[in-house]
Amino acid sequence: MRSQESRSTSSCAACKLLKRRCTPNCIFAPHFRSDEPKKFAKVHKVFGASNVSKILIEVPEEQREDTVNSLAYEAEARLRDPVYGCIGDIALLQRKMIQLQHDLALARARLSLYAATDSAGISNTDSDQFCTAALGEFPVACGGGFMDSFSQTSYEVNQDTHMYDFSQIPYI
Amino acid sequence: MSSGRCAACRYLRRRCTEDCILSPYFPSNNPQRFVSVHRIYGASNVTKLLLQLPTHLRAEAADSLYFEAQCRLEDPVYGCVGLIFMLQQQIHAAESQLVKTQAEIAVMKSQGQNPEAQQAEQDFNNLLLQQSDNDAALSFPNQVSSGFI
Repeated sequence: MRSQESRSTSSCAACKLLKRRCTPNCIFAPHFRSDEPKKFAKVHKVFGASNVSKILIEVPEEQREDTVNSLAYEAEARLRDPVYGCIGDIALLQRKMIQLQHDLALARARLSLYAATDSAGISNTDSDQFCTAALGEFPVACGGGFMDSFSQTSYEVNQDTHMYDFSQIPYI
Repeated sequence: MSSGRCAACRYLRRRCTEDCILSPYFPSNNPQRFVSVHRIYGASNVTKLLLQLPTHLRAEAADSLYFEAQCRLEDPVYGCVGLIFMLQQQIHAAESQLVKTQAEIAVMKSQGQNPEAQQAEQDFNNLLLQQSDNDAALSFPNQVSSGFI
């Protein structure tokens, strides 16, 4: 008869999935609690338990929670979008950033225009020259670059789901 | 036998068959590419992932896996999620700046209604329209294989 001692009642999610005994110094146990089985399942599917273990061993203990959360995020993104993973999210953010930079440059030029006309009246000729000079400072409108290569609509789906909430990770 | 092996099979010390799924994406002239991906994902996981994709999407998938693997090797704690955080922060700062600038414009607009300002803005808008027409004809090269950051 199997001894009760060989079956841990407090196995972490990793050891439960891997069907092994969860030891007191199990590297997964602090970060993959038994009430979050899906978290480890996703990470395991994408990276594999062995690779995750190696990554965790390499980082200081106080940074392992952040490491696990970022791995979980990447794994989830990869399962949701097997082609691009969270690169799709990055490309979306890059595109948004480029657009914002463009809008900001526009707004600043417009503000300069108002400031210039407010301080002293300018002729139509001056206005043309000023506008041309101001537009010359804009970043050229982008077609998307890397984003264009993502013909998949995965990142469009991602627009409806906000970035994973890393409440534990400091927002630098 | 060994001369025709892809980087993956060379690293794994196995025979590289004609239908090796990894060989198109891990050529022998770039061994580091497979080493990086293997260290983070493992050959088995990469193979499974590529197998589930249609052939025309596998190159992009391999590229994105390589990029993520490189990010993780450089930053074992955050990987490419660190990039996401950085971009989010930059976007937040740019949005705040934009709101502030637009508020300043609104103030200046409400203060000064002189004809020169209105004419200048109209000229400005016309020039913008012209530029956006020109920009519509621009196309950017595909930057997937060379990275995009």
